[in-house]
Amino acid sequence: MDGRHIQTVDGNTVLNVARQNRIYIPTLCYHPKTRQAGKCRMCVVEVERMPGLQTACSLAAREGMVIHTSTQRVVETRKMIVELLLANGKHNCIACEANGACELQEVAYRLGIEKPSFPIAERDMPVDTSCPMIIRDMNKCIHCYRCVNGCNNIVVNEVLEMGYRGSRMTVVCDTDKPMGESSCVVCGECVQLCPTGALVEKKAMGKGREWDTNQTRTTCPYCGVGCQIRLHVRDNEIIKVTGEENVEPNFGTLCVKGRFGYDFVHSPHRLRKPLLRKNGRLEEVSWDAALDFTAEKLLEIKKTSGPGSIVGIGCARSTNESNYVMMKFMRAVVGTNNVDHCART
Amino acid sequence: MAGLASTLGAGAMTNSIREIEDVPVIFVIGSNTTESHPVVSYFMKRAVKKGSRLIVADPRRIDLTRWATRHFQHRVGSDIAFLNAVMNEIIRNGWHDRDFIEKHTEGFEQLRETVSRYTPEYAGEICGLRADEIRELARILGTAEKVGLFYTLGITEHITGTDNVRSCANLQILLGNIGKASAGVNPLRGQNNVQGACDMGVLPDVYTGYQKAAFPDVRRKFEAAWGIEKLPDGEGTKIPAMFDGIHHGDVRALYLIGENVVMSEPNQAHTVSALKKVDLLIVQDIFMNETAEHAHVILPAACFAETEGTFTNTERRVQRVRKAVEPPGLARDDWWITAELARRMGYDMGYTSAEQIWEEIRSVTPSMSGIAYRRIDHKGLQWPCTDEQHSGTCYLYCDNVFPCGKATFRPAEWKPPAEVPDEEYPFVLTTGRRLWQYHTGTQTRKSGGFNDICPEEMIEVNPDDARGLDIRDGDYVFVFSRRGRLKVKAWVTDRVTPGLCFMTFHFSEACANVVTNNAFDPIAGTAEYKACAIRLERA
Ligand code: SF4
Ligand code: SF4
Ligand code: SF4
Repeated sequence: MDGRHIQTVDGNTVLNVARQNRIYIPTLCYHPKTRQAGKCRMCVVEVERMPGLQTACSLAAREGMVIHTSTQRVVETRKMIVELLLANGKHNCIACEANGACELQEVAYRLGIEKPSFPIAERDMPVDTSCPMIIRDMNKCIHCYRCVNGCNNIVVNEVLEMGYRGSRMTVVCDTDKPMGESSCVVCGECVQLCPTGALVEKKAMGKGREWDTNQTRTTCPYCGVGCQIRLHVRDNEIIKVTGEENVEPNFGTLCVKGRFGYDFVHSPHRLRKPLLRKNGRLEEVSWDAALDFTAEKLLEIKKTSGPGSIVGIGCARSTNESNYVMMKFMRAVVGTNNVDHCART
Repeated sequence: MAGLASTLGAGAMTNSIREIEDVPVIFVIGSNTTESHPVVSYFMKRAVKKGSRLIVADPRRIDLTRWATRHFQHRVGSDIAFLNAVMNEIIRNGWHDRDFIEKHTEGFEQLRETVSRYTPEYAGEICGLRADEIRELARILGTAEKVGLFYTLGITEHITGTDNVRSCANLQILLGNIGKASAGVNPLRGQNNVQGACDMGVLPDVYTGYQKAAFPDVRRKFEAAWGIEKLPDGEGTKIPAMFDGIHHGDVRALYLIGENVVMSEPNQAHTVSALKKVDLLIVQDIFMNETAEHAHVILPAACFAETEGTFTNTERRVQRVRKAVEPPGLARDDWWITAELARRMGYDMGYTSAEQIWEEIRSVTPSMSGIAYRRIDHKGLQWPCTDEQHSGTCYLYCDNVFPCGKATFRPAEWKPPAEVPDEEYPFVLTTGRRLWQYHTGTQTRKSGGFNDICPEEMIEVNPDDARGLDIRDGDYVFVFSRRGRLKVKAWVTDRVTPGLCFMTFHFSEACANVVTNNAFDPIAGTAEYKACAIRLERA
């Protein structure tokens, strides 16, 4: 490939071989999870002794194949595809949420396209804002089928389909309902897979783009599946959550809680200061005041009524480390086995 | 998890989530998987697409049934009779795994004897199923190459919760579905770190890794590790007994971390009066809530995004939690607050980081001693993981060695729920959660968008029952039980069978736990959230 001798296993695709060897072949419809869709033809390569151009995502690598990934013909073809895609939608990067994280923008940039050389088609479909979490702007859709495949084959919620024909072709929910009225369970898999700004997170609108944010890998705080997530943070605020691809247990998929249930962290109702009841009312106090009061009172109760009169309930949402310290506190410091948590839920 | 510990040895999912895709027959009982563990349901649905059969046993027509090969709608609280009859049929047809039973189990004869009394006809009466339906399920499970069994709170939240779990384990041991990939007995944990809290010994009878507090050797070990002269012997009290203890005056101080017990405990009035009575109520939480309102002192804690540490998921995988943002105001890490209290009571734990605490946990917990932060930077490890060369354990008991030697059948007898419908309270209320909200609602209700999708509680009522009571979809109804009364909107739907109603405890305005029963399982201490008797009236 491109003059390099490469060994690989039987049945590996040319695209995989290239990616494993850090040779750039762009794709728009192919995603490691939804695999080949055979729609975009961005991954075309030239193979000696084979006619025409071949799509790398579907071509199995074979002994003795000679592959060129960036001949002039290949580059011209890719350019034309991207220009057609750009001309076929409302791709206004400046105003787009996906700016900086858009795969269409990325290939256009790599191919050196400044503006499409075709006249821009009139596409003016209403933006679907009916879902509280997701905005669908089908004017930016490049018909790559990733969302359709993801919804049907990865999360198997079976909501999305490609509807209509020809220039009216667009992704529909159920029988062409607004997303918010469809059977969509708002898992956001389609948003995560979409290579463009056609599907974006509503709550993240205007809060910052890829280059503004820091990302932190962590574990979902809701159910016991423990999905691996990435928190996208700007100015000490979580603005978006994505699923971590390629790793157990969730391999990128999430549910509505893990993906969209993050803003409680910044709720104005969070407790910010220790509170102590004085004359029947809870008043803000310093840590020293709160902790000294509590420690003294616990010591007094322990002394007068014995350690068995003190009980502790731990937290099934807190970390292992905090739970361990709580357990140790009850047993070693208070001196009782009266420690439990809600094991049932 | 006492049910699993007494049959197999460890109270955890025997197998792993990713194995689900290759389970030939997936048997889901008492788990509303698409709503409670959505990502696990994706694995199940993908398995169905690849040709697996999905069998759902649930009193409600839950969403998962859309993908199910068969749905058995047995009555709330009839699980033991149901499973016993299935096992009876399996044994009668010789579908059990004789070789496995002979070599690796104990108690088969007792099991055979017990289940032999549960004929499909007799059990069918209890379960509200036809005898041939029970025979059909026995055939599906008995003749399958492998079965993976999954359950949640529908199994555990009963006065017979421990026996329900044992029955699930009995079935899988009987079929030899233990100790292999894509099989097993798999409890799906509801909250992110229930598994971890159990593993860390936040239980009245065990230290970390289920090392028994009753064993002097275990106590000696922790005494040495912690530099304590004498650790307490004798078993501590479980949550229900803690509240009773307050009422009796034996318990004077309650230290509550992150549990909104007013909302989450059954029989709300009983809980609230205990909180009002206790001499010292310490609440450590991230939000002011219905429980904290009664506190004498409130300690503000950092939440998951503001702290370092680990959570352990339902498949025993220890995974990293990382700090992404600063906590609000003066809020601090949970461990820091507890350690500060300890210091002020004369015991300095000396911790400066979460990793330092984890290192101590590893050093006293053989089943986790191979798990170091640096090893789980990208991907978590599943315990048991005994040294740093160990790559973790995808499924338990692969060599058919069980912690107690052999797998043990624990036959169980069916018992009706503590409260069954009668003339005065003719409906059964069962509880659970919805996809759109979580637990007591303190997190989801404070996140944008969720209240638009699921703005208020609704009680599911069957159309036949609704007609009889002149209730229409969207009407408000009063729900009465022997413990309380609440007002809630009705959702008339055939998701529930006639005689059955369903609610959640996500909303304080209409929290099912106002009416639920605080009768509990004597072994696990789990309350019967899944069944109580109620009466409905149009509001
Ligand atoms: S959010 Fe999930 S369920 Fe809804 S359309 Fe997208 S992939 Fe399908
Ligand atoms: S919405 Fe996005 S993912 Fe779906 S087909 Fe269009 S561009 Fe592809
Ligand atoms: S994303 Fe959903 S399924 Fe995954 S851990 Fe969070 S709540 Fe559970």
